[in-house]
Amino acid sequence: MIEFTFWDIVRNLLLAARWTVLLSLAAFVGGGIVGLIVLFFRIAKNKWSRRIASGYIALFQGTPLLMQLFLMFFGLPMLGLRIEPWTAAVLGLTFFASAYLAEIWRSGVAALPLGQWDAGASLGLHYLQELRLIILPQAFSITRAPTVGFLVQLIKSTALTSIIGFEELVRTSNAINNATFEPFKVYGLVALIFFVMCFPLTQYARRLEKRVPAR
Amino acid sequence: MAFAWLPGAVGDIARGALTTILLIAVTTLAGTFLSILGAAGGRNGPVLLKRAIAWYVEIIRNTPFLVQLFFIFFGLPSLGIRLDPVLAAMLAMTLNMAAYTIEIVGAGLDAVPGGQTEAALALGLRPRQVFIKIVLPQALKVIFPALTSQIVIMMLESAVVSQIAVRELTYEADMLQARTFRSFETYFVVTLVYLVLSMALRRLLVTGGRRALGAGVS
Repeated sequence: MIEFTFWDIVRNLLLAARWTVLLSLAAFVGGGIVGLIVLFFRIAKNKWSRRIASGYIALFQGTPLLMQLFLMFFGLPMLGLRIEPWTAAVLGLTFFASAYLAEIWRSGVAALPLGQWDAGASLGLHYLQELRLIILPQAFSITRAPTVGFLVQLIKSTALTSIIGFEELVRTSNAINNATFEPFKVYGLVALIFFVMCFPLTQYARRLEKRVPAR
Repeated sequence: MAFAWLPGAVGDIARGALTTILLIAVTTLAGTFLSILGAAGGRNGPVLLKRAIAWYVEIIRNTPFLVQLFFIFFGLPSLGIRLDPVLAAMLAMTLNMAAYTIEIVGAGLDAVPGGQTEAALALGLRPRQVFIKIVLPQALKVIFPALTSQIVIMMLESAVVSQIAVRELTYEADMLQARTFRSFETYFVVTLVYLVLSMALRRLLVTGGRRALGAGVS
């Protein structure tokens, strides 16, 4: 049996935490890009486009992330794609994040007075210009707090990718726990590492929330 | 895609779904009760209690539910507290949900105008009566939509308690796919069951809330 000192455990956990950070970033960027596309569909003039986007959002917000990851992990091989846990994890979290981000940003668009659209139109801007120059910048800026708040949720959600075999913080901690039989210490440390990653973001989100005047 | 296994699996899926429903029912009741105590204590209690509640909320909200679950199920036995998987799951879910709902309930309590308390006290009600009969119902009415969302989110998160062998919906799905070798189809069907459950739960809470608390809940 391998002996683990306290510092061995900490070092191994911190090394694994890199993957948690990397996965969170990849999913946030990917989710942001896909989320923007979903947002375009969600606020389009076409009724069917709006319905499809609502359905997409309802689907991802109405089912467990774990199931979405399982479907990604077992579904893509059915299409003949060989898939590694990393790919399934990034794709699964990207779709999950896109639905939430699209909905958060849509609430920002909905909060803008209709006059903003009219003003854009009266300046002779066409639809895409209105979105890019007037609507989206304002929508993003008033939803900055919930966007950061969702990033915290996303970081915590990466824990689930351990279940489909992605070697991040929680999966590494399971392995260490099996070798050391010190679950209290190991999971306590894992919780602490997650806390150190998430707490500053939570505080930042709270500060942003206070800055936006109550509507 | 092949669904020939499905008719034989209906019983297992239904049993798993029932366990999921049981878990969320217990969590909703215990979590809401705990969060009312927590929110009231966080506002009117002694400083130490206020600080303890604030830290509790921060710690739970900034760590993954899965880690909390493992900590309770695998970690507590080293302190001599050994819990049955179902109990551990209920405890973890309740503690997790309470941290979120303490903030929600607290926001609701803050939203009730102070004049309501003053008026009730002037009418001769005792402080506890004022809280239970005057302030709390108004607060619950304000926060009911947020509470509903949190309960639904918790039900979806309960999928991970399959990892400590609680025989709920996801656990049954794992067993089924191991038996049928149709993993994609199994998870597809179970995902749909979750979707139906979450929509039904939301509908139930919204209509129930409207009936119990009056209009204004959408």
